[in-house]
Parts: sequence; C-alpha cells; structure tokens
Amino acid sequence: MLDLPGLQMRATLLRLIRSFFYERHFLEVDTPLRQPVLIPESTIVPLTAAGQYLQTSPELCMKRLLARGCSKLFQICPCFRKEEVGRLHLEEFTMLEWYRTGADYLTLMSDCEALLRFIVANMKSVDLPDPGNYQKKLLSKTDIESEWQRLSVAEAFGLFSPVPMAEALAKGSFDELLVEFIEPHLGVGVPTFLYDYPVELASLAKCRIENPEVAERFELYINGVELANGFSELTDSTEQRRRFGHEIVIMEECGRNGVEMPERFLDDLQKLDLAAGIALGVDRLFMLLMEYDSLSKSVTFHPCDFSAL
Amino acid sequence: MYTASDLRKGLKVQIDGNPYVIIDFSFSKPGKGQALYRCKMRNMISGNQLVQTYRSNDKFEKASLAERKMQFLYSQGEEYHFMDTENYEQLFITREQLGDNVNYLVDNMELDVLFFDDKPIDASLPIFVNLTVTRADPWAKGDTSGTDTKPVTVETGYQLNVPPFVDEGDKIQIDTRTGQYVTRVKE
Repeated sequence: MLDLPGLQMRATLLRLIRSFFYERHFLEVDTPLRQPVLIPESTIVPLTAAGQYLQTSPELCMKRLLARGCSKLFQICPCFRKEEVGRLHLEEFTMLEWYRTGADYLTLMSDCEALLRFIVANMKSVDLPDPGNYQKKLLSKTDIESEWQRLSVAEAFGLFSPVPMAEALAKGSFDELLVEFIEPHLGVGVPTFLYDYPVELASLAKCRIENPEVAERFELYINGVELANGFSELTDSTEQRRRFGHEIVIMEECGRNGVEMPERFLDDLQKLDLAAGIALGVDRLFMLLMEYDSLSKSVTFHPCDFSAL
Repeated sequence: MYTASDLRKGLKVQIDGNPYVIIDFSFSKPGKGQALYRCKMRNMISGNQLVQTYRSNDKFEKASLAERKMQFLYSQGEEYHFMDTENYEQLFITREQLGDNVNYLVDNMELDVLFFDDKPIDASLPIFVNLTVTRADPWAKGDTSGTDTKPVTVETGYQLNVPPFVDEGDKIQIDTRTGQYVTRVKE
C-alpha cells in the first residue's frame, strides 16, 4: 500500500500526464472496461466478468473513435491480463494510451521524450505538503535531457544476443533471448527506443514500405524495464483481418475456442488513414520515477494488501 | 500435474524422474511476446542446480514426496537403521544419503525423513541437539599462547571447536544448521 507521500506523488503523476495531453489539445476519453469482443491476441489471456471480457487494453475502442473523426485521443484506465504476476506484472494495472491521426511511430517517440521531460521537471518542482525523499529520486540514474538511444531490434540482437535475430525467430527463441540477453542493456544511462520489430511480433502495426518483413513498432525501455509499446497503425482492414485470423488459429491450437473476429472494429478501420498509437504502463512509470524495485510497491493497493492478517 | 502458472519459489516438481525444488523464480513477458517462467531449481537428490525457462503451455509432474517421522535405532557400517514411529516399519538410509546429518545422530533420536518414490532422500533434524563430549584435552590454566577454543570429539565421532572450559563427559548443545557449539548443558 502506498504511504501518504507516495499517494501524493502518484496523484501528481496522473495530474501531470493529463496536463501534458490537455496542453497539446488531446481529447481525454473513457471507454467501457467490459467488452463483448476483444482484439484477438494469442499471448494475452483476458479475465471475464459476468459473461464479458475485461479489457486487456483500450486499443479497440480508442481506434474506433479515431476512425470516427477524433484526431488526438488519450485515456488513463485500468487493464486486466490473466495470470500475469511478477516483479513487473500485475493482473490489474493502469495504462496510458494515446493516439494520433496523420502521424507515425516517429511522432510517438518524440511524444515520449517530451512527456517524460515534462513529468520529471514538474514533479521535481511541485510543492507538496509531505513529499518525503521521493523528489530527490525521479529517474536520478537516467539522463532524460540528452538524446535518447535508438536501436533497431536486429541491431540489438547483433550487439547482445549469442544468436542473430533471424535464427532466433526461426527457432522460436526470440522472447527468451530478448529477456535474457538484450533487455538488461536497454535504457541504461539514457532511455532506449527498441524499434522495427519483425512483422510476426506486431499484429496491429504497419509494415515498412521498403521492407514488409519489418513493422513500424517500438518499445521504450528505461533501466531494462519495458515502459511503452507504440506503432504506426495498420489501417488496411483486409490485411488486419488476415492477421487476426492467424492469431485466432494459434489461440484455437492452445484450446482457446470461440474467439470472435472484432467485425465492428474492422469495419471502422476502413475509415482510418495514417495513424499511430501507443500504450504506456503507468504503474511501471511510477515505479521507475520513485525508484521502487517492484511494481507491487507502486500501486495504491496491491493484492497482498487484501490477504488475511 | 502443475501448469506453468503454478510455478513459484518452494514448489517441488519432478523432471526426468528426479525431484526438484524451485529456489528462485521470476515471471517475465516481453511486449506482444510469450509469458516466460524462469526457474532456478535444485535437484533434491544430487543437490545439482539448474536454470530453466518455461512457457505457459508447459506442464509439470508433482514430485511424489512424503515426510515420515522416524526414530534412529543404530548404525552398522554404512547403514543407518530407522523405525517409523507410526507403523514401526524399519529401514535403513546410507551414510551418503544422510550427509552431515550423521554427525548428530544418537540412539532414539526422532527426525523427519523425506521420501521420494518410497526412497528416503533427506532427513531433517531438530535445530539443536545435545551430545556428550567423549574426548577433550584438559585445559591448561593460564595457557594464553593458543586460541580461545579447543577441538573436542562428541559421541557420534563428530569433531568441533568449543571454549576451553568444556571437559570430557560434558553435554553440549550444537546447532545442526551450522555444526557449531552453542552452549554447555547442565543436567
């Protein structure tokens, strides 16, 4: 459970995120937590509540709003992912997502830099009744003012992995190698954008025009912690349906039957042109700012705060 | 059967016919990637450690372990004979299987024996045991040249260092976790 200074700092973070986006004329939206159909993603298992899914991300609703004429949107909301529990995972967590039309993933990288600089500068100077020692921390080991590192996924494998990326993909060991050999080197000293993912790891992202094997997707890392995932949106509805179909096949192979195609989403997607969107873990950002070692310390209530005494 | 989501520190699983206890565990999941369950495990028979990363679909057999309360009867060569205090069944465990535990075994001592597939693999002793000193050099009063401890032998044959005032025939308490002297026991 957060102590009083922790609560004040967390409230300040949420307020600053809102200020940042309001100043830049983003529209704040709130979409339903419970939905009858989700984006089919084989690596994410949803929780259910009274016959509906709890959202694993607000992505589906946000993009439908984008397709209906909103140009800049953001939302801070709870998301739920079943059986994700660990130092950097909670089944219920707080997500920040923002979307832009007429933009690509490079615009989102600039947004990330501006957002983090805005938050840290303002948290340092904010006048709180009882800030504890927290204001001395705030990413003290990370230089966010200098230029951030940009590293393509293929380059990162070349630098840190014992096996090149193509071989890792062929052998199905991409995730293991990323976690074991690459992630610990990312975001050390300065934040890192790891970008240009193999297309099979970016179901909703647009491919590079000159290289259809690579998707315009990036992850932001600080201190080895993956903080945000953004991409240029795939807006080709036919291609998106094909990729969802592929995901559904994988899900059925794992015994997850009855997964529906999100038809209304695919329909709205046809109205969307150039766009980009990103999801950032607010609890992880707060953990990094406060220099906590685990997500469990960064949320107001943690599941263990409800366990029997 | 356990699934990957059951994995946690302290869980005992069976892999390739051997019981393992998980001594360190971490969950990770790269964005848009697979859930990964990294386990550091100790083979409960050989003591060897291994690190293995599992995925959500992996399944694990439970290690068929059972703990029974046994009383130590006697030793004969390499064999240490015990009796189950509930059903009076008798069996022996080898010196090798008992490891350092043999240093503290005296007749009639009760201890918990861990069985894997009906084979005894480990014994957990009381934390403190009282043993009689069977050999000690007398303490030369005023001898300030040496250190402030001296070696003695106890009834099990185990040797350890104790303060100089401990004599042959004394009963001393030993911490079985460290093998070290705790105090002299008055009877």
